[in-house]
Amino acid sequence: MSFVQFLISGISLGSVYALIALGYTMVYGIAKMLNFAHGDVIMVGGFTTYTICSTMGLHPVIGVLMAVAVCTLLGVIIERIAYKPLRKASSPLAVLITAIGVSYLLQNLALLIFGADSKAFTSVISLEDVALAGGQLIITGETIVTIVCCIVIMIGLTLFINKTKAGQAMLAVSEDKGAAQLMGINVNATIALTFAIGSALAAIAGILLCSTYPSLTPYTGSMPGIKAFVAAVFGGIGSIPGALIGGILLGVIEILSKAYISSQLSDAIVFAVLIIVLLVKPTGLLGKNIQEKV
Amino acid sequence: MKKFSRFLSVILAAAMIVSMVGCGSTEEKGSADTFRLGGIGPVTGGAAIYGQAVKNATQLAVDEINAAGGVNGYKLELNFQDDEHDPEKALNAYNVIKDWGAKILLGCVTSTPSIAVSEKTKEDNMLQLTPSGTAADCTKYDNAFRVCFSDPNQGKESAKYIGENGLATKVAVIYDSSDVYSSGIFEAFAKEAENYSFEIVSAEAFTAESKTDFSVQLQKAKDAAADMVFLPIYYQESSLILTQAANMGYAPKWFSCDGMDGILGGVENFDTSLAEGVMLLSPFASNSTDELTQKFVANYKEKFGDIPNQFAADAYDGVYAIKAAIEKTGVTPDMSTSDICNKLKVALTEISIDGVTAKGLTWDANGEPSKAPMVLMIENGEYTIL
Repeated sequence: MSFVQFLISGISLGSVYALIALGYTMVYGIAKMLNFAHGDVIMVGGFTTYTICSTMGLHPVIGVLMAVAVCTLLGVIIERIAYKPLRKASSPLAVLITAIGVSYLLQNLALLIFGADSKAFTSVISLEDVALAGGQLIITGETIVTIVCCIVIMIGLTLFINKTKAGQAMLAVSEDKGAAQLMGINVNATIALTFAIGSALAAIAGILLCSTYPSLTPYTGSMPGIKAFVAAVFGGIGSIPGALIGGILLGVIEILSKAYISSQLSDAIVFAVLIIVLLVKPTGLLGKNIQEKV
Repeated sequence: MKKFSRFLSVILAAAMIVSMVGCGSTEEKGSADTFRLGGIGPVTGGAAIYGQAVKNATQLAVDEINAAGGVNGYKLELNFQDDEHDPEKALNAYNVIKDWGAKILLGCVTSTPSIAVSEKTKEDNMLQLTPSGTAADCTKYDNAFRVCFSDPNQGKESAKYIGENGLATKVAVIYDSSDVYSSGIFEAFAKEAENYSFEIVSAEAFTAESKTDFSVQLQKAKDAAADMVFLPIYYQESSLILTQAANMGYAPKWFSCDGMDGILGGVENFDTSLAEGVMLLSPFASNSTDELTQKFVANYKEKFGDIPNQFAADAYDGVYAIKAAIEKTGVTPDMSTSDICNKLKVALTEISIDGVTAKGLTWDANGEPSKAPMVLMIENGEYTIL
């Protein structure tokens, strides 16, 4: 019975990773850059909701909407100020380093405004926990909402990219920026839209992360951000269903290795699994192997 | 151009002379009639709550001593520098207070910076008294002392208390294996537990990289039917553990150490009713009926608008311990740092002071204090002495 409970815990943790990984993979897939500040946008989302719901005492729905609005705006501003000027830089490393810089900037700003003390986040989810097998197994409302959110967002994103004009423009930009521009696609606007969507997803991920694990500090987003990045690579970076599968698998492996092998080595085991997967399948589980044309 | 460079060199030379004069004057200034006390601790950053408390309490003690006529007629003067809980910044802070002319160091507040600075104080042979550096290595040199319990001591005392009072039969432990404080307590606890009738049924670790999800550790404790969970960790993680345990309907007894101090009020918006019944080992209770403690709490509150925590109490006792040692030896501020240290480190092992953290507080030559621990229990949202 405890195995099933561990499995549920793993899926619960994994669905949070998956939700964050969706944002990572989306930005990487279109803009071809690793937005290391993604984890910290999550933290900003958490703090926005915390301020509105716990400090000001407003309804959780307002908190969620405001967090999405603030993060979307923040994502677009970060892209405009920090990443866009470097898009033509000779080395892709320049923008990567900038992303790390933005990540520290956000952390330290939050430290300045909210202080280092951790805050207990009040869950915005009012769904009741589901008890199975006579109360032996408990699936929390947060887990159910996170999984539903993941699936809805995954389907929504896939439809958006394949069925809408803006989505098609994103695909074109991801294939070849220069050619897309020649075809009359506004590359800057398309990338800005990508960041807007990615950051809105980060806000939702932040709220669900903090609802599941109710502790909020300026560093809340950094470790889940890195784990989610691993999940995205694991599932095949750039692939939207891959992020979901990668995230859930990562969470399950982490919890099961904690439970049955060693609670100290769980992170090492997670990364060892990642290395093995990448050795066997270098593009990740669902990654597409695209030949570079020379 | 040549003229200009000559002009520049004259200016530079003048600047050097001025700065040397500056050095000399700070060295001399007040040194004949005041003891210069250096303090180091994290006034900003993640551990600021500890450093700020130590800084305030140290200042309070220094002001009180000066108002009462000083030590052997000499005034005390304090220079408190920020180390942001970072060993490198602590070394810079140490250099600053040394340049300022400090002859005795009260610090650092946290273990890692304290260990880093102890290498330097050993070299300079400066007396170092850390109010709250709990790691065993903080006092590995003979010039270093501490006011608080060491990690191993806390682990030992916890096991003793649980065993002697028959609080539990099956104990689970959740500890942070990436943290020297937590693993230090755990190891000593596990060793001491062998002498008592209770059994450690599960000992699960977590690391700084994965400290949000405790479902596995709690599930294992529950499966092992542990009636008590020992948490030698800080209050931030403890607040998550208490919340997650409540969600899964697991209600064991909780026992913790001084890291739990802060669970009430330290985590904004935390439902403190979850912490009801939590027991913790602590050297200090601000609502004690002891007269000295009440006076300290009242003065601290009046000056800083806050209830002092145990870090403040440790620092307060630290300053009075230095005062007692100076009075015993009769050292004077014009003596060298090293001479002062040689006398004080012997005197510290001979004195006994009544402080706010203990009555009849004494030290051994290893720098460890000897005092009885106190166990607090959280009742109706307050720490109550058991």
